[in-house]
Formats: sequence, C-alpha cells, structure tokens
Amino acid sequence: MRAVSLPRWRLLPVFVTAYMLFLYLPILLLPVFSFNNAAATRFPLAGFTTKWYASLWGNREMLDSAINSLIVGVCVAILSTGLSICAARAVTRYRFRGRKAATGLIMAPLFLPEIIVAVSLLMIILQVGIELSLATVILGQTVFCLPYSMSVLTAGFDGFDRSLEEASLDLGETAFGTFRRVTLPVVAPAILSSLLVSFTISLDEFLLAFFLSGTEPTLPVYIWGQLRFAAKMPGVLALGSIMLLLSIIMLVLAELLRRRAERHVSAGGALHA
Amino acid sequence: MALAADAPVVSRTASAPSVRSWRKSEEATGLALVSPTLLYAIALLGLPILTVVTYSFWSQNYLEIDRSFTLENYRAALTEPIYRDLLARSLVISLVVSVVTVLISYPVAWFISFHGGRHKSLLLFLITVPCWTSYLLRVMSWKMILGYQGVLNTGLMSAGIIDQPIASLLYNSNAVVITLVHSWAAFAILPIFVSLEKIDRSLVEAARDLGDGPVRSFLRVVLPLSLPGVISALLIVMIPTIGDYVTPKLVGGKDGVMIASAIQAQFGKGANWPLGAALSVTTMAIVTLMAAISVLLLKVTVGRSR
Repeated sequence: MRAVSLPRWRLLPVFVTAYMLFLYLPILLLPVFSFNNAAATRFPLAGFTTKWYASLWGNREMLDSAINSLIVGVCVAILSTGLSICAARAVTRYRFRGRKAATGLIMAPLFLPEIIVAVSLLMIILQVGIELSLATVILGQTVFCLPYSMSVLTAGFDGFDRSLEEASLDLGETAFGTFRRVTLPVVAPAILSSLLVSFTISLDEFLLAFFLSGTEPTLPVYIWGQLRFAAKMPGVLALGSIMLLLSIIMLVLAELLRRRAERHVSAGGALHA
Repeated sequence: MALAADAPVVSRTASAPSVRSWRKSEEATGLALVSPTLLYAIALLGLPILTVVTYSFWSQNYLEIDRSFTLENYRAALTEPIYRDLLARSLVISLVVSVVTVLISYPVAWFISFHGGRHKSLLLFLITVPCWTSYLLRVMSWKMILGYQGVLNTGLMSAGIIDQPIASLLYNSNAVVITLVHSWAAFAILPIFVSLEKIDRSLVEAARDLGDGPVRSFLRVVLPLSLPGVISALLIVMIPTIGDYVTPKLVGGKDGVMIASAIQAQFGKGANWPLGAALSVTTMAIVTLMAAISVLLLKVTVGRSR
C-alpha cells in the first residue's frame, strides 16, 4: 500500500517545482536582461551594465506617462473603493428588492471579455461627444475595478458582527457616528486592500487605457508603443524591472494587511467566545 | 435562508402606511446606499453595452450611419470566412488554453490543499505573485523567450543541444496558447483549491478504510467533489482569453490572430462601427453560451454528487 503511493509522493513535488519555475522564470528574465550589456535579448549574456536604467532618467515621455499612470491609479482606487463601500455595505447589511440584479450588473465586467467593455465605452464616449483624456480612462477603469473592490469589501463587511453596531445605536450613537467609530475601524483593512488592489489593477491595465486615453498615454500604453522597436527593448526591460519590484512590494504590503485583518477578526471572535 | 430573511422585511414594508416609514425602512436604506454605484454601472456599463447592441443592427454608409434595421452585420460576422474563422479560432484557442491550464493547475492545487501543511497560504501567495506583475511585460517576455534569436533558441544553442535555431516557436497559435496559459495559471488554481479545501477529509479516509487505493479514492471521492471548482476555473480562464488582444498581437503572428484584433480594426482603420459592434455582440453571445453550458454542467455534477 505504502510502496504504491511512494513514487507519487516524489513526483508531485517535482511537478509543483516545475510549475513554479514555469511561472517565475519568464518574469525573472526581465531583470536579468535589463542589466545585460547588449540590445539583443539572447544568450550568452554580454556583461553587466546599468546604462539602461540611467537612460530612463532623461526620458521625458516615459516619465510623463508614469505620472499619468499614477494620477489615473490614485483616482481609480479612490473612486472604485468609494463606490464599492456604499454598494458592499448595502448588499451585506440591507435586504432590498433588486439586490441580486444590482450586484450582477456591478460584477458583470468579470464575465465580459475586456475588449467588449473597452469598445462599448469608446462608442458611448464618442457618441456623447466627450473628448478622450485621462478622465475617460479613469471612468472606464473604475467600471473594470468595481468587481474586485466589491469582492474584497463584501468579504470584509460580511465578517463584521452586526450586534456591535446595534449596541452602539442603542447606546445613543447616530448612524453616521456608529459607522465612523464602530464599523470603520473594523473594516479599515478591507478598505485599504481594496485601494491597493484597484490601484494595482489600474496601473497594469492596458486595453481600456489604449482605447480611451487619447493623446495622454499611461505607462502600459507607452510601453506598447515602444515594443515595436527592437532598439528600445532594453529600456523597456529596465522600466519593467522597476515596475516588477514595485508591484511585488505592493503585493507583500497587501498580503501583510490581509493577514493582519484576519488576525483582527479571529482575535475579535476569540473575545466574543 | 435568504428567502426566510427576506419575507418579514417585505411584509413590513408592504403594510407600512406612509411614504415616510418606507423611507426609513431597510429596503429604502439599502436602495439609497447601492444607488450611486448602481447608477455608475448603468451609465458606464449597461448603457454602453446597449449602444453596442443597437449599433450592431445598423449599417455604415461611407461616413454616415444608416439607422435602418439590418442583420447584414451578423451575416458578415457568421458567414464571411475571415470573421467566421477568427471567431472559431478564438473559441478553440480559449478552450485549449482553459483545459491545459486546469490540467496543469489541478495537481498543484491538490498538492497545496492536501500536503501544504502550514505553508498553504504562503504557497498560494507565491503562485499569485506573477499574476500581479505587468501583463504586457509577461507577454513580452514570452516573445523574448520564443523568438528566432530568442532566449530559448540561443540558450539551447550555447548549451550545444541544437545547431540551428528552431523557427517555429514564435508567431503561431501555440505561442499564443503557451503565453495565455502562463498568464492565467494562478486564476485557475484558486477556485480548484477552494473546492478541494471544502472536501470533508473524513470522506477520503472512509474511502481508504473501505479498501479504495489512493488512485480510486481520488477518482471516486476527491475528483467528483472538486468538479465545481474545475468548472469555474475553466470559465475564469476562458472568458478573458477569448477576447484577448495583447497576446495574439505580440506573439501570434499571422497564424494566431484572434477576434479582438478584428473588433479593434473596425473602430480604427476599418471604421465600420456597426460591423465591430456585431462582432462584439457575437463574441459576447459565445461567452454567454459557454457560461451557460458550464453552469448546466455544474448543476449536473453537483446534483449527481449529492
């Protein structure tokens, strides 16, 4: 019996390791070749250099698009999280007719290919006669980020003990006061991770920005433009490595937040028990 | 459960005599709270989709839009070889990608769930990290890897394994499939992992105790119970890949063009909005159809396992 299952035991960890390599190796190529002293991305490596990173500094176009991306990211994060706080609160705390339909529409971008969302937004924006700008990118990416913010926030609000709010209301606190002093502190980690998630998604989002940005490119749109030129490759690789580092830092932060929130909830549970 | 909770609320509001008490009711508060988000979604998702559907029944007359009803765009989308083939290829590629992704992700999800021990959440985190890195750059790194003078070819050549670069790595549908599988792997692992976690371990033990070997207990207990996760994983991968624009454009070449390029062209150089709209609606219809089939499969499998 045991002898039969033994080879399987060794095979599976090998497979899992191979899977991890498949996930990570392509991404790790970016930093490797960003320090490589040649324009072509090929083996053998041609020696160490930091010149590609240095070349980024003077690149006005790239810096502008990075600033555009930051503006869009911050706006999308705030808008998407703000709208989702209302909706998540409504669907977790209150029962009303059309609750399912409302949730369905807000979550719909998860079930639509992104190109459809992009095309339909482009059509209506041009139809209404609004000029394409960063504002239209913000409007579009917010629609796209809402489902993610909603998921994070409904999960956060669901774990919330309603009796705490009732106690606060019974003790004479107003509805707003209760939200600010009782609800908010408990759901703050969920709000923070919603901000982080939507910011990260916005920063990386290409297709909507490509369709809706007009003459002001975001970073992914700028990178897309550079990909056509082989000579620009190393610069893109250096930029990509920096973005990689930043997104890993953001992710680790979000994960730490999430774990803290989990501890918070379980500590609260222990207190009640 | 939800219904039982709903009932008293509805009857309370129905019997309420004045508008004022309705305003204070749970229903009104809920609606008021959800309305900003809902209106936003209606304005920037509901209406745009309606616009696309409406346009798909109109036609382009040089620079003007002819608003008389026509099905001509759908005829073109479904019968003209170029669009028909692109739609078919997009569907096939997304099906292949979702099946391959689920096949290679299942063992990993199983390993984490059954043998992850206290490293479970760390392992899951490690798997999701690559998915949060820039999508464009991930696709680009596959272009670097598979290119004629790329990492794989030159790497194999310097290792002395091959003499000539392999020409057929990049710019075909295989390259598209590999790149998409890499992009969506973690998204497939999560639902499978969740459904594996839900399985009562005593069922597996019972099967073992009753004489099933590891393979049989897996096939008869674990696999059927995890099918809901498998089906949602298939769906999660299939929906975005069918309309993917970046991957076919960067690594697909002529051979790997997919429908998104054709849709995009109608809003750019091609400038035929109604046709682009009809192609979009057709793609949506295919996605909805696949989703409906998956939900049906899900119901059948869940029903059978009960």
